[in-house]
Amino acid sequence: MTGNTRSDISLRVNNVTRKLTVDNRTTLLDALREGLDQTGTKKGCDLGQCGACTVLLNGRRVVSCLTLAVAADGAEVTTVEGLSRNGQLHPIQEAFVRLDGFQCGYCTSGQLCSAVGMLAEHRAGWPSAVTGDVSPDCPPHLDEQEIRERMSGNLCRCGAYPSIVRAVVETARKEASR
Amino acid sequence: MGDSTMNDPARHGRRTVLKGAAVSAAAVTAIPADANAEPADATGGGVVGTARPRLEAQGKVTGGVRYAADVKLPGLVHGALVVSTVVRGRIRTMDTAAVLKMPGVVGVVDHTNAPRLNPQAGHFFGPDGQLQMLQTNEIHYSGEPVALVVAETLEQAQAAAKALKVTYDELPHDTEFRVDHPKRRPGNPIFGPDANLGDLDAELAASAVVVDQLYRTPPETCCAMEPHAATAWWEGDRLQAIDANQGAFYIAGVLAALFSLPMEKVRIRADHVGGGFGSKGTLGPQLVLATMATTLLHRPVRVTLNRNQVFLTTSGREVIEQRVRLGADRDGRLRAIGHEAVLAISPLADFVENCAEMAKSSYAATAIRTRLSVVPLDVLPPVSVRGPGNTPGSFALESAVDELAEKLRMDPLDLRLRNEPKAGPVSGVPFANRKAVDCMREGARRFGWAKRDLRPRRRREGDLLVGTGMAAVSFLTLALPSTASITAEKNGTYTVSIGAADIGTGARTALASVAADALRVRPDKISIRIADSDFGNAWAASGSLGQASWSWAVTSAAKLLRDKLSTRPPLPVSVTADTTPEIGAMPHKERQSYSSVFAEVTVDPATGEVRVRRLLGMFAIGRVVNPLTARSQAVGGMIMGLSLALHEESARDPNSGRHINADFAGYHISAHADVPDIEADFVPDYEPDIASGIKGVGEIGTAGTAAAIANAVWHATGRRQRDLPIRLDRALEDLARQ
Repeated sequence: MTGNTRSDISLRVNNVTRKLTVDNRTTLLDALREGLDQTGTKKGCDLGQCGACTVLLNGRRVVSCLTLAVAADGAEVTTVEGLSRNGQLHPIQEAFVRLDGFQCGYCTSGQLCSAVGMLAEHRAGWPSAVTGDVSPDCPPHLDEQEIRERMSGNLCRCGAYPSIVRAVVETARKEASR
Repeated sequence: MGDSTMNDPARHGRRTVLKGAAVSAAAVTAIPADANAEPADATGGGVVGTARPRLEAQGKVTGGVRYAADVKLPGLVHGALVVSTVVRGRIRTMDTAAVLKMPGVVGVVDHTNAPRLNPQAGHFFGPDGQLQMLQTNEIHYSGEPVALVVAETLEQAQAAAKALKVTYDELPHDTEFRVDHPKRRPGNPIFGPDANLGDLDAELAASAVVVDQLYRTPPETCCAMEPHAATAWWEGDRLQAIDANQGAFYIAGVLAALFSLPMEKVRIRADHVGGGFGSKGTLGPQLVLATMATTLLHRPVRVTLNRNQVFLTTSGREVIEQRVRLGADRDGRLRAIGHEAVLAISPLADFVENCAEMAKSSYAATAIRTRLSVVPLDVLPPVSVRGPGNTPGSFALESAVDELAEKLRMDPLDLRLRNEPKAGPVSGVPFANRKAVDCMREGARRFGWAKRDLRPRRRREGDLLVGTGMAAVSFLTLALPSTASITAEKNGTYTVSIGAADIGTGARTALASVAADALRVRPDKISIRIADSDFGNAWAASGSLGQASWSWAVTSAAKLLRDKLSTRPPLPVSVTADTTPEIGAMPHKERQSYSSVFAEVTVDPATGEVRVRRLLGMFAIGRVVNPLTARSQAVGGMIMGLSLALHEESARDPNSGRHINADFAGYHISAHADVPDIEADFVPDYEPDIASGIKGVGEIGTAGTAAAIANAVWHATGRRQRDLPIRLDRALEDLARQ
C-alpha cells in the first residue's frame, strides 16, 4: 500500500462548507455518516441497488454509496437534513407525514431526496422509459405511472409505495400552481 | 360519563366503526354512522379510532431519528464479518496474523479466541445452533460467520475482512429439497396436533368432485431495508447495546442466556428499527459478534451486516411443498380437506411453519386431515418471514379452493360462503368474532365481483389477457403477557414505559393513543418510551401480537393509576401492570383476524409479464386504533404478498449448495413500478376477550394476496400457477399452441 491513502476534501453540505480528510476508499455516503455525523442518509445495500442513500449532488440525484467522496470534492450536496428551509418542512416532507409515506422510515431519506430530484428532472423536460412522446416540444405529463417509473430506483420493503406516489403527486401539483 | 360506559366494549366497537369508516368515502355508504360517537375531546375520547400521523414522523422525514448504526460513541471501532464460502466442512487455516498487521486493525474474533457460549440458548423452538457462532472450526451452512475483523474505521475493517485468507476442508453437503428425503420427519407440534377429523380417504372417495394438487413456494427472505446492526459496549459490568431487533426484552433474555450473564447485566435498546418482518425477531449475528468483540477488545463496537450478509446470515423462509386435497358434493358442500406441508429446515435449530392452520378453521367439512413435516438440510436455519404458516399455506389452500370452484363451475365466492363454519371445524370451539363473510361480501361489493364471468380467458385488452381472482384468509390472534408502567408527573403529564418495539408498525403512536384513551387525557399529555429491555417483560413485534399485548398492559396500568390517583397521592406516582394473570384467564375460543383479497391482473402472453392492476383487501382486525397507520400496514402487507407472488425467490446452486442471488439485483422485491394504487379498508370488528378489542394487522395483508393473484392469472389465461413466483417463464405461453 502506498503512503498517500488519504485526501483533504471540501464538501458544501446543506449550504455549509465542510472540510474533511477522508480515506481515498471512503464513499460519499460514509463520509456524510461517519465523517460528518449526518446520519439521515441511510445505507441499505452499499451496492447501488436500493436507493436508500440517495442524495442530491449539484442538484442531481445520485446513490451516495457508489460515489467516492474524493470525486465529490468541491460539490454541493443536499441530504435529507437539508430539505427543510428555516424550520419549515419541504412540501414533500409535509406530504409524507400527513399521508404516511413511510413506515419504518429507513428508505425515507432516499425517497424524499429522489422525489425532489425527480421533480426537478421533470420540470427540465426529461422523459422517462414510460413517456409516450419524447419530442422536446411535448413535456411529459407527470401522472402516477411516470412517478412510479421515475421512483423505481428507491425500494421500500414496508410497502409505502402508494402513499409515496400520492405525496409526490400532491407536491407536483403544489409546485405547478405556485 | 361513568366508568361503566367508558369501558363498554360495544361502545368502543361502534366508535371504531365510525372513525375507521370516516377515512374512506366508500365505507361511509356501507356502514351507517353512529350518532353516539364522539369527536376527540379533552378527556381522550375519540383518540382511539382517529387517524394520527406518527409521533416520530418529523424525525423520520428530516433524518433526525437514529437507528442502531447511527449511534456515535467515543472510541467506537467497526467490525466487519467474514463468512464461509463452503456449505459444510472445517476451517483448515485462517491467516489472522497477516490481517492484524493491516492499518487500523485492532483485533480479529474467530473460533480460537471467541468467548464460549451456552449451547442451550435458543429461541421459541428451543436451543438454536445458529447462535453458536465462532465456537468450533466446523461449518454448517454457506455464509456462516467465521470471523469478525475489527478496525478503527469502517474502510479499514472492510478491507481487512476482505483480505482475511481462510481455507477449508470441505465435506459433502445436502441442500437439495425432496419430499421423499430419507430424513423427513413430522414437524414440531408447537402449534398443536395435526387434524384427524373424520375419514379423509372415505370422504374423498364419496366426493363428486375432487381437487388434488401440489403447490410449491421457494426460499424467500425478509429484506428489511435496514441491514442488521448493533452497537455494543460495557458500562462497568453491564453490557449495553443498541440493536436492530423486534423486541428488546426478548433479545436481552436470549443474549443473557447465550453469554451466561444474569439478565440484569444486559440492557438492550432499539428505539428506531428499519423494518423486521421476522428477520429481527431472533437474536442476530450482529449483536452476538458485537458482544464478543466488545468483551475481548474493551472498546465500543459496531457491527453492521452488509446486504449480502443479511441474505446469508439472517432468517428467511425455506422451500415448502404442499399437497391440498379437496372433495365436494355437486352443490359445492365440502366433504374433505387434506392439507400436507413439507418444509426444509436446518439440523441446527428446530422450526416449522403452521401452513395447515387455515385448513383446520376456514371451512366446514366432514373430514379434515393436516400434516406438517420437515426435511433437515444444510441450509441457513429458517425463521419466520412475515405471515409464517398462513402466507404459504393460504397460497396452497386458497388456490385449491379456486380450482374446486372451477371444476364445480361455481363462483369461488359462493363456494366459500357455502362452507362457512359455525364453530371451529376441528376444535369444535366457538369463534370469538368471526368476520370472514363480512370481509368477503364488502370486498366483493367494492371490487365489482358480481359482474365477473366465471370462465377463464374471456377478457382481452389489446394484446393483454385480463383476469380477476380472490382469496379469503384468517390469521391467528391472541395477546401475550406484557408489563407496562405509567408515571403521573408533577406537571400533569404521564410517562408510559413499555418494552414494545416500533419497527415501522406505528406502535409508538398507537400506544400513546391507547394510553390517552385509558387515562382519559389528551394525547399530548402522554410521553411514551419504548424498546428498552429495562422496562421489563413485553412481547415482541412478532406474530401480529404486539399491539394487542402491549395495549392490554397499558390499559391495565392506566386502570391501576386512575385508582391510585383517586386517593390524591403526592406526585410523581408510578404504577406497573403485568397482564399475565388476565391473559391466563382468557376463554378458549377460535380467535382470528380475517381478510379477503381481490386482484385484477394483466398477462402478456408473448412476454409472460404479469402485472397487478388492482388490489383490494377488506380486513377485520378488531378495533382499529389508528386508521392511518393500520391501513399502511395492511397495504404494505399486500405489497409484500404481491412481491412473493411475482418476484421473490432465493436461488441455490445445486452443485455448490450456495445462495447465488444474495442481493437486490438478484433477489427482486416489488419496486414502485410494480405496485398499483391499493385499496385496504376495515369492516366493523371488536375482539371481545382482549382489552382494547384489538387484533393483529401486521401479517394478514401478506397472507392471501399470492393466491388472489395466482387465481387471477388463471382467470386471465386459463392456466394454473402452482409454483411461486409466477415468473416470466412460467406465465409465458407457447403462442403456437394457442
